[in-house]
Amino acid sequence: MSAVTRTDQAAPGSAPAGGLVGRRGLADRSFQWLALGCGLLVLVILVLIAVTTTQKASSWFSTEGIKIFSTTWDPAANKFGALAFIYGTAVTAVIALVISVPVSIGIALLLTEVVPYRWARPIVYVVDLLAVVPSVVWGLWGILVFAPWAQHIYASIGSGVNGIPVLGSLFGPPTSGASFFTAGIILAFMITPIVTSLSREVIATVPSIDREGAYALGATRWEMIRGVVWPHSQGGVVGSVLLGLGRAMGETIAVALVIGSSATITSHLFAPGYNMPAVIANQFGEATGLFQSALMGLGVLLFAFTIIVNVIARGIVGRSARRMRGA
Amino acid sequence: MAAVAERGGADLREPAGWRRTKNRVATILMYVAFVLAIIPLGFVLYTVVAKGASIISWQFLTAEIPFNVAPASVGGMGPAVLGTLEITALATVLAVPLGVLGAIYLNEYGGNNWLAKFIGFMADVMTGVPSIIMGLFIFTIWVLHFGFSGLAGAFALGCLMLPVVIRSTDEMLKLVPDALRDGSYALGASKARVTLTVVLPAALGGIVSGVLLAVARAAGETAPLLFTILTVTAANPDVFHGPNTSLPSQIFVNASSPYTGAQARGWGAALTLIAIAFILMITARLVTARFAKYSR
Amino acid sequence: MDQPQHDIAAKTELPKPAALQDARRQDVSAAPGELIFDVQDVSVYYGAFKAVTGVTMPIYENEITAFIGSSGSGKSTMLRSFNRMNDLVPGARVHGSMSYRGTALYGKDVSAAAVRRRIGMVFQKPNPFPKSIYDNVAYGPRINGTRKKSHLDDIVENSLRKAALWEEVKNRLGTSGLSLSGGQAQRLCIARTIAVEPDVVLMDEPASALDPIATGAVEDLMLELKEQYTIIVVTHNMQQATRVSDRTAFFYVLTDSKSDTRTGVLVEYGRTGQIFQDPQDPRTQAYVTGRMG
Repeated sequence: MSAVTRTDQAAPGSAPAGGLVGRRGLADRSFQWLALGCGLLVLVILVLIAVTTTQKASSWFSTEGIKIFSTTWDPAANKFGALAFIYGTAVTAVIALVISVPVSIGIALLLTEVVPYRWARPIVYVVDLLAVVPSVVWGLWGILVFAPWAQHIYASIGSGVNGIPVLGSLFGPPTSGASFFTAGIILAFMITPIVTSLSREVIATVPSIDREGAYALGATRWEMIRGVVWPHSQGGVVGSVLLGLGRAMGETIAVALVIGSSATITSHLFAPGYNMPAVIANQFGEATGLFQSALMGLGVLLFAFTIIVNVIARGIVGRSARRMRGA
Repeated sequence: MAAVAERGGADLREPAGWRRTKNRVATILMYVAFVLAIIPLGFVLYTVVAKGASIISWQFLTAEIPFNVAPASVGGMGPAVLGTLEITALATVLAVPLGVLGAIYLNEYGGNNWLAKFIGFMADVMTGVPSIIMGLFIFTIWVLHFGFSGLAGAFALGCLMLPVVIRSTDEMLKLVPDALRDGSYALGASKARVTLTVVLPAALGGIVSGVLLAVARAAGETAPLLFTILTVTAANPDVFHGPNTSLPSQIFVNASSPYTGAQARGWGAALTLIAIAFILMITARLVTARFAKYSR
Repeated sequence: MDQPQHDIAAKTELPKPAALQDARRQDVSAAPGELIFDVQDVSVYYGAFKAVTGVTMPIYENEITAFIGSSGSGKSTMLRSFNRMNDLVPGARVHGSMSYRGTALYGKDVSAAAVRRRIGMVFQKPNPFPKSIYDNVAYGPRINGTRKKSHLDDIVENSLRKAALWEEVKNRLGTSGLSLSGGQAQRLCIARTIAVEPDVVLMDEPASALDPIATGAVEDLMLELKEQYTIIVVTHNMQQATRVSDRTAFFYVLTDSKSDTRTGVLVEYGRTGQIFQDPQDPRTQAYVTGRMG
């Protein structure tokens, strides 16, 4: 047994039980308030964004009234109808989703159902690399490399389908390298990593027991996916698609470079066009007065749209996650 | 659809033709999806490296930005490199302490109450707000009163980084086991002490890794800087006064230029930017591997 | 009274070191030392669930008191009430009166952190901080304001000696606490707890996660520490209770068949020898004989 010496504290028996009394220290409580303040900062910033930008846009709202949704955008004549840009945002986002969603879900299924665990991580790294490329670099490559190349393809397709009822109006001339379609494709590249990773998380929560049940009945992998994985992860996958939509609507710089900067509403996807974030990026610098207010107003609309889409998306993802946990 | 059982035993052959085919086709399509995603990535990286490598040099990274007409051999992106480093660093200094403290509130103090859940939800929503909105926001409340500056750009980038830092820090704090907190409480530590002296150090590796990824994303952003730093070509080491520039801003300008010299400099800047993002990403993975004590 | 105890000792699997067999816990005198804790009709609630009902017991200075009983009988809940660790559970409430050296533990102005500096706790699963061995032990003194390196060095060495860990780690105080084996890690946690010079040490099944040899080391430690500290230990191992404790409290799960609720109650409390050889309550008898068989 080791010899033990007590240090300079008084022996226990003699110490009165004083010193237990005292409220929580000032430092402790201040820290809590500080942490709370920082948490609230998120809400404060969101509210401030909404308030200040709406205020700046108010002259546009009040001048144009309901005509903010008109198709006439003519800075010289001081007419600012935003429909062309809303249309452009919708079209490019839809193109991006149509291309990206099957690819992303395919990769997500590949990672969760097909590929052995050892290979899953490197594949995830590679897909995440898509997210590392900054928006402006996608735009640089898009306008200097992709667009000229796509121009030829569009031109051949365009002349080929010219005159055919539906295809002609979608893919017929005028065609241009910088167009709705190019913007849509580039957007698809950019949103694939996020839709893939979220879908993968959702699909991974499907219980193995259910998978094994399907296999035990002799199902092939595809049948198991259709019968078990899909019903379970539907909600979550829809949520991740919506998040991709939000991202596609708001992506600015790459689109600004490759969309063609032409404020027109047309069904021709290979024609140059414009969308909300792109026009803000390209024209805000020189805008003044009502013009500036109109662009700010487009920002307000964009903010509202993306907030709504994100709230719905996160709500769906959260609800399907809770259902999965059996809550 | 299985074939009739052979005499004497159960049929253990694969399911009949078309079921098998559907399965094979599905699997092939999944691999095709992966390849489809890789092709553009490969193209972009190849192009950036091919066109940018030839122009990258120490001179390129430090020289002045010439007029767009100047040929590729002239000048460089020095001011832009400086701007990116300074503005991103400032944004990090602003966003990280606030974000970490916010996550501490969510995880250590808020727990399951409605406010913490609401803040967490809105932080997630905030990560989806387009970055150009942040730029318009800071333009309205700061630039109109105090003028363009690197600081304004840092505010805008900071707004972008804040929810990302909060979310990733929150995840890391959740992973610290309660047994550690109990051990510290049992020694008579107050909640603030428990958090600062035991929980934060334990989660630090993961937090740093998350921050590095947020920085990588912020360094590549252009939209928030458009109306806050007002892209110029002269170097401005003073982050607090006067317009500034950055790598993504310059790439944006040069991409629309018809001059090959400017375009070449744009590729060089793009390569520099991707290299920075790469280094940050790899460092983040290394930090996670070596220092994150608790990971999923 | 010594004879039956000697039989009990003979039944245990591990031979006790010779030195300890003599210093074997003397039969506790009928007149105990100073009253450290006075517990009067204490019930503990977690929200609507009543975990423990109506416990009354005195805890005396420099004794080891063991809480035994089957799982769910509230022994750990009761233990954690002594150092207000239940405060950390949302919805936890303590009714009744618990006083420490005359001061109400749950009094209006009492600081839980101050309580915990006097009444320390060792947990079932060793939980060393991911810091160095030195920093683990110095953590408590540091947050209490001790800054001088020489002073801290002394405290660290003394605490590690008292925890019988000094010889094994004295040359690697800078290595991580996580690198220790289970038994060493638990002794580190004990050293960490006594480094703040508490008055009382609570132990929640301190050896249940350890192998038999490490268990023996921790039990030896408890007997040494008893000379300076008051110890309450929760254990599901009755041999351990007989080996180390002076008094034993037996907790039992009371089920109300009508309302299908369960709660823990204190059935019997007395000197260890008496509880195990001459239990008064049939439930105590059933428990101790069922295991000792």
